[in-house]
Amino acid sequence: MNEKTMTEEQHFADVITEESICTNENLVFDRTETLIDTPMHYCPGCGHGVAHRLIAEVIDELGIQDKTIGVAPVGCSVFMYNYMNIDMTEAPHGRASAAATGIKRVLPDKYVFSYQGDGDLAAIGTGETIHTCNRGENILMVFINNGIYGMTGGQMAPTTLVGMKSTTTPFGREVEVMGNPLKITELIAQLPGVYYCTRVAVNSPVNVRKAKKAILNGFKYQELKKGLSFVEIVTNCPSNWKMAPVESNKWMEENMFPFYPLGDLKIPGNLPKAGKGE
Amino acid sequence: MAKVKGDILIDIEKCKGCELCAASCPQESLELSRKLNSKGYHYIVKIEDNCTGCTNCALVCPDGIIKVYRKTKKKTEKIATISNVTGDITVMVNS
Amino acid sequence: MKELKLMKGNEALAEAAILAGCDAYFGYPITPQSEILEYLTQDARMRTGMVVLQAESEIASINMIYGAAGAGKKVMTSSSSPGISLMQEGISYIACAELPCLLVNVVRGGPGLGTIQPSQGDYFQAVKGGGHGDYKLIVLAPSTVQEMVDHVKLGFDLAFKWRNPVMILTDGALGQMMEKVQLPDQLPRSTEDPDWATVGKPKTRERNFITSLHIQPDQMQEVNLHLQKKYRAIENEEIRFDTFECDDAEIILVAFGLVARICQKAAQLAREKGIKVGVFRPITVFPYPYDELNKLADQVKGFLTVEMNAGQMVEDVRLAVNGKIPVEFLGRMGGIVPTPEEILHKLEEKFVGETV
Repeated sequence: MNEKTMTEEQHFADVITEESICTNENLVFDRTETLIDTPMHYCPGCGHGVAHRLIAEVIDELGIQDKTIGVAPVGCSVFMYNYMNIDMTEAPHGRASAAATGIKRVLPDKYVFSYQGDGDLAAIGTGETIHTCNRGENILMVFINNGIYGMTGGQMAPTTLVGMKSTTTPFGREVEVMGNPLKITELIAQLPGVYYCTRVAVNSPVNVRKAKKAILNGFKYQELKKGLSFVEIVTNCPSNWKMAPVESNKWMEENMFPFYPLGDLKIPGNLPKAGKGE
Repeated sequence: MAKVKGDILIDIEKCKGCELCAASCPQESLELSRKLNSKGYHYIVKIEDNCTGCTNCALVCPDGIIKVYRKTKKKTEKIATISNVTGDITVMVNS
Repeated sequence: MKELKLMKGNEALAEAAILAGCDAYFGYPITPQSEILEYLTQDARMRTGMVVLQAESEIASINMIYGAAGAGKKVMTSSSSPGISLMQEGISYIACAELPCLLVNVVRGGPGLGTIQPSQGDYFQAVKGGGHGDYKLIVLAPSTVQEMVDHVKLGFDLAFKWRNPVMILTDGALGQMMEKVQLPDQLPRSTEDPDWATVGKPKTRERNFITSLHIQPDQMQEVNLHLQKKYRAIENEEIRFDTFECDDAEIILVAFGLVARICQKAAQLAREKGIKVGVFRPITVFPYPYDELNKLADQVKGFLTVEMNAGQMVEDVRLAVNGKIPVEFLGRMGGIVPTPEEILHKLEEKFVGETV
């Protein structure tokens, strides 16, 4: 094993080859401009970091930093406005899609997105979620689904799986007591106001690329003014699932993905399975 | 086929030791250091010199702390020959 | 100047919103103020291009207001007591984030689902709190349909001047009654964005973000101290009140909104019987005219506060007077409007020592 050491001036690992290839002309991947260069407070391995980065990359690639307004939720990502170099609003718990509606209605030519966790979007905010989707607001709703409440310490979420333990389901979620996990994405995909609905993940390079494409669509489709784009990102919560990050992704692949399958639920205007236009 | 040589720079002060990059590296060339950074995390280091610059690690890194470099052998093209008293100078450009 | 028009309170208020260059109205139906939303859904959009949206709930309404106000627009919502209760969280956020907006509460009888009859039972909610935390709304209390109209532009002006939510605290009777009004001229909608608004970050400035989260305690304290300083300044500059025959009065009736008009009639009846009665009417109930009432207390025997509630503004009158003179109270609840005669009767009972 050839362990690298760091110099004091730059906190970067040294390169070992004869001539350094770490030059600007060889740079193929770097932090994007809209993602503010500051440490993020998320737990090690948390998918929020990747989700934020993908949104920032899409904003920079489309060149719409000066035309985008984001709405942050209450949850672990309440500080999202500290990480994204765009105008943002922090909404009350559950209400990000209503705040985004207000913004988009008065600024119809700007790109507006809301970013919410499973409690924000599918518990307290269910009413706003359904009606924002039903009205077909021309915004992107990003739904971060990790099946648990992160910020408040690991309580059950509407999307917690049957049998999954949480601080309020210490013996595992029981259907008789708490009902089944809520597939909110499947519900809202039925609404004619939803133009694009898809479910992605950020646990592997392949999935990260697909997730970025989905987010790119979510921004671009706003130009069409044909309805709402809804991108669910199934992700992990290592801390509250009580697993190491790599292990949590494996658990997610084995348990979350079968229940929340990745893929398009609605590609522009049409429910794929139904095969009919709206 | 061009030989691809890659490298990465990791901001180890910001690394949280989640190891998602290591799990996604097809070359299995990343591992946690035994040392700690100033935040108390074991940070990721390269343990092999076989990086191809595939960017897998950077794609999955939640903290955006990996820069990826990739060098391919470039093709060159002759565009002119200039003669002077000491001999010919051939001008090539990369393409 | 335009000609006089006979208009219903709610509709006059809605018309005033269009004329004031309002950018957006988000609201939900509730009696007795649904006419405001209905009026605006008719031709407001065609006249000025303003957004009018019926939201799915009052909670959604106030959050749409929050988003659009953060984008620097002139926005407004209206509701009645139970709906205003639902909006309290959003109002607290708007106040902390210092966003301008206009809220209208057409108060009905409560508590709970209550009645649809007029009441003044939301005074505490509007003036003392309602939502959580140390914040204040600027609260205007119209007493005529003309004031319902005038307070819309005034409300927007104050909201933007102070970056504070403003509430028009009216009641179901004013909302439903018809009176003649003189409407103002049409103001064009603003085309400029305030420098703090979230409209998309150009390269020339730092990002704007609207938040009320200040998780470090010393930072939260700073925010609160700043808000309190603003409220002290508002108290210094924005007090508005009206007096009716107070100069030689021996007893003064203190009332706000519709009740003040009834008190005027009661005062006239009293004067016919030789009792010198005046009426003091706060127009802003926040900021409250404490000093003016305190001064008036030096020249009268007592105050009789009349309200359509169990005794809310009377506490502010007592605070103002600080024990100098007796402050009596007459309240009607349940949506019942007091009559001039019963006000006179109470006045005589308390201050004259005999009833007729």
